[in-house]
Amino acid sequence: MQTYKGKSVFGGIAIGRIRVYQKNRQQVRRTRIEDTEAELARYERARIETVNQLKVLYEKALVEVGEENAAIFEIHGMMLEDGDYNESVQNMIQSNCINAEFAVAATGDNLSQMFAAMQDEYMRARAADIKDITERIIGNLQGTAKEDKVVGEPAIIVAEDLAPSETVQLDKKLILSFVTIQGSPNSHTAILARTMGIPALVGTSIPPEADLDGKMAIVDGTTGVLYVEPEEGLLREMEGRKEEEVRKRELLLEMKGQESITADGHRIRLYANIGNIDDLAAVLENDAEGIGLFRSEFLYLQRDTYPTEDEQFAIYKKVAETMAGKTAIIRTLDIGADKQCEYFGLEKEENPALGCRAIRICLKRPEIFKTQLRALYRASAFGRLAIMYPMIISPEEVRRIKKITEEVKRELRTQEIEYGEPEQGIMIETPAAVMMSRELAREVDFFSIGTNDLTQYTLAIDRQNQNLEEFYDPHHPAILRMIEMTVQNAHAEGIWVGICGELGGDREVTDSLLRMGVDELSVSPGNILPLRKAIRETQLREEGFGKETQVN
Amino acid sequence: MKEFSYIITDKDGIHARPAGELVKIAKEFESNILIRANEKDGDCKRIFTVMALGVKKGQEVTLRFEGPDEDKAFEAVTGFMKEKL
Repeated sequence: MQTYKGKSVFGGIAIGRIRVYQKNRQQVRRTRIEDTEAELARYERARIETVNQLKVLYEKALVEVGEENAAIFEIHGMMLEDGDYNESVQNMIQSNCINAEFAVAATGDNLSQMFAAMQDEYMRARAADIKDITERIIGNLQGTAKEDKVVGEPAIIVAEDLAPSETVQLDKKLILSFVTIQGSPNSHTAILARTMGIPALVGTSIPPEADLDGKMAIVDGTTGVLYVEPEEGLLREMEGRKEEEVRKRELLLEMKGQESITADGHRIRLYANIGNIDDLAAVLENDAEGIGLFRSEFLYLQRDTYPTEDEQFAIYKKVAETMAGKTAIIRTLDIGADKQCEYFGLEKEENPALGCRAIRICLKRPEIFKTQLRALYRASAFGRLAIMYPMIISPEEVRRIKKITEEVKRELRTQEIEYGEPEQGIMIETPAAVMMSRELAREVDFFSIGTNDLTQYTLAIDRQNQNLEEFYDPHHPAILRMIEMTVQNAHAEGIWVGICGELGGDREVTDSLLRMGVDELSVSPGNILPLRKAIRETQLREEGFGKETQVN
Repeated sequence: MKEFSYIITDKDGIHARPAGELVKIAKEFESNILIRANEKDGDCKRIFTVMALGVKKGQEVTLRFEGPDEDKAFEAVTGFMKEKL
């Protein structure tokens, strides 16, 4: 048995035979031509043929992967209509009397090198697009256009790399998994795998001499490992896990890609709560529309020193890139109370729940806060991150935070370090924040209601205390009124509100929350699809009726 | 001649897709349209040129319109940028 490690872009298990996908790399020779006019016409025919093929691919991709992912083929078409590309090819044919194939290959090389040299990771990835269209024209010039070569049994596709046009041309019914040696989590293969919901690995360390074609293999999308010719025991274990997944997937298949919308058309966003980078796979697998709460504590806990800026940056960047344009809300450091770190050297407190925790630590120790903020702002250049501050009680605190974020941005600018502009939000988890929500809403882009702490602070009940069970009511009208008040004040100031506490996933209050106009619910990944199903079966009553019933 | 400066607010900057749309609109007009950003400039009717500027959120883009239908071109292009970028 051989094992190869890659970067997982989607979880799950695939078991089957490997098919190694070989590109037919076209050999392009430079030849001298006599009749440049005829050669120009030959180029023009091949170009138009290519444009037409791309239109067909666009239509195919539209159905298979949706408009957003299909748009790339429209862009490819535009590239072929473009002056920069065509003039370069035509000039080379005309002034150097060279064949169209060579002129196209040279033009493609020049342009893709220009993109490969750009700073922006996204733009660098576009070099692959230029190579893709270039190969396609050459194929048409030589009459050897690429065809779908994956036939027969469903297989695990192993390839050096796959161009967007190659992935979309493959027959999806015959693909169990993608494993590429090159490629990034941003690549089209990765996006396609996520869309198809099949395990996939990119950046897999398979040596060129490995002879894998036709061999039995397992792809474990959770750990990112490809097992070739697996041992019997492992095979059994994986088959067991796979069956388990199939059962879960039945629900998944039913709800995946569906909108989170009630039977009478009220829409809500369903995000995931996560506490670790390893949970990202579950976020994607369960079709979360974003991350509503990424607890950054795991970076700080279970270690002896403060995490460095670069350490944090790498994690946040991975989150931003993996979510590929979907919102990921990262909550800044929330230790204190029940989460303690020795090396912070915090004093022992009589009453930690009301003590120095979360934003209070950050405002008292701005150097720790700034390290995290720098990492977050830098990572925001790589995706749609949002920052959320916990345990806020007053607008003054938000203004103090803003001063610090302004400083952070100024420093990054001075140091010429790239950064983004993440949305800014706060947790509403203290009664004070609820009462001040109108004023707070003017300071930020969104609220997220942390119902666990809000409940304990509002009811003055410690949830861990078993003695108080008879007094504890998670649906206490006070809590529901607080949520309603927060939503009303937020909407009056034009910002959105989510819920990231346990109440967000509590089916008993889902319709009340929907009626109040909560914009987003963030729950654990495993809870997303069952909740989506519940929402889709909910019928909200006419407004007005709802008003009476929503507070019990 | 007309000029227009704008700071990109879209989170992704001028990525492939908006670049494509911008070029498509620019091509509808006869006037020359020059796009300038990051101390580089080029023809706004060429997708490679526009993409190669690598414009990101928060960066300023200047457009210059010159030609018989410059007013209409100005209106269409600036309208698109304000709405989509």
